Amino acid sequence: MGRRKSSGFITTLNRDLSIAKREGGEAFLAVLFFVLGALLFPLGVGPEAQLLAAVSAGLIWVMALLSTLLALDRLFQADWREGTLELLIISPEPLPLIIAAKCTAHWIVTGLPMAVAAPVMALLLNLPPEGWLTLVGALLIGGLALSFIGSICAALLIGSRRGGVLMTLLALPLYIPTLIFGAGAVQAAVGGYDSTSHLALMGAITLSSISLCPWVTSAALKQAME
Amino acid sequence: MSNEAYLMTEHVLELSSLACRRGGRLLFSGMDLSLTEGDAALVTGPNGSGKSSLLRVIAGLIQPLQGQIRWEGQNAQKFSDNFRLALRYVGHSDGLQPVLSVLENLKYWSQIYGSSQDLEKLNRGLESVGLFELSELPVRVLSAGQRRRLALAKAIATDGRLWLLDEPTVALDRQSINRIETAISEFRASGGIVIASTNAPLNLSDCKVLNISDYHWVEENRVDLSPL
Repeated sequence: MGRRKSSGFITTLNRDLSIAKREGGEAFLAVLFFVLGALLFPLGVGPEAQLLAAVSAGLIWVMALLSTLLALDRLFQADWREGTLELLIISPEPLPLIIAAKCTAHWIVTGLPMAVAAPVMALLLNLPPEGWLTLVGALLIGGLALSFIGSICAALLIGSRRGGVLMTLLALPLYIPTLIFGAGAVQAAVGGYDSTSHLALMGAITLSSISLCPWVTSAALKQAME
Repeated sequence: MSNEAYLMTEHVLELSSLACRRGGRLLFSGMDLSLTEGDAALVTGPNGSGKSSLLRVIAGLIQPLQGQIRWEGQNAQKFSDNFRLALRYVGHSDGLQPVLSVLENLKYWSQIYGSSQDLEKLNRGLESVGLFELSELPVRVLSAGQRRRLALAKAIATDGRLWLLDEPTVALDRQSINRIETAISEFRASGGIVIASTNAPLNLSDCKVLNISDYHWVEENRVDLSPL
């Protein structure tokens, strides 16, 4: 019995991206939140360049976590409501593959634009230019981990009415390692040190979440259907 | 080994002593059903008697409390690859994406089900439920009946071998019901198996009627509930 060639990943990725495109602004709200949130800090803290420069790496990363959280709701909610999710669970395509496609689409819509917008924020928050490249790189790699780890929480909270608050409580602790190494990498680069070790560790986190999270999420989704 | 078993039994789909429990209540137990190519079964029973649950158990969305589902002689829960390639489940929700067009929705599912994505074939599927003229419209502007028809078109246009239809005629007008009946009989003529749950009149020639109420829990010890 030959296994047929699976096209579920590409198909689902294309589908989710074209949905995000049709929905227009709605999908990119998270990125807007990311930029606006960071804009508030200079206003609140005052325009002290030294102070902002010292905290900017951490601020940008915290804003990235919060905006990813904001967008996590969208990952499965619509498909669950419309009954698409249960059909995907019993479809011939392997469910983890479909989940990986959905997380990747989520990253392309939230994480990728955030990394692109990061230099603007670095400028606003007076992050020394030596850290910019590392910031973008770290957000690119770390953003993937955030989307994949977040999918577990999104799956666990499917159908719950207070989803938003619970999501924060559930996901933020899981995001701590990514935050530590992400902000650490930027701090190291700014301080003139080598940031490779931070980035390598974060890459390890990202790779393991890509390879493990879809399976956990798939179990959580199946449970939600019972 | 499985092929021999399949040849011996001749039945493609077999349910044996199936039992299902939802929310602490035993819905049915001791359900046996054997269907072979071209067969159809109509599941009837009052609201809340477990018609939908039976279909969800067969589809693999709910674990049965007891019993087995066999597809071509293989346990469909354990060896689900073949079963899932054959299965087309149309549940209560239509499983459509509102911002995508009628044709895009259908195309996505034909890819997921691994059936041919021949445009002509998809169009024929839409034609058979009377949605061909609307194929470019986004699903969100469709009426409830039109959505239902599109949900059924996903089964019709994608080469399944087993249709599980949960109240397929809800929100449909008489003309659409006729169309669905035609599609079902064509599917059966080509060797397909249909299990439909319904309270509305659905005219299927020569089908088994399964009244869920006949499998309600009556005798003591029919199912051992102690481990739960």
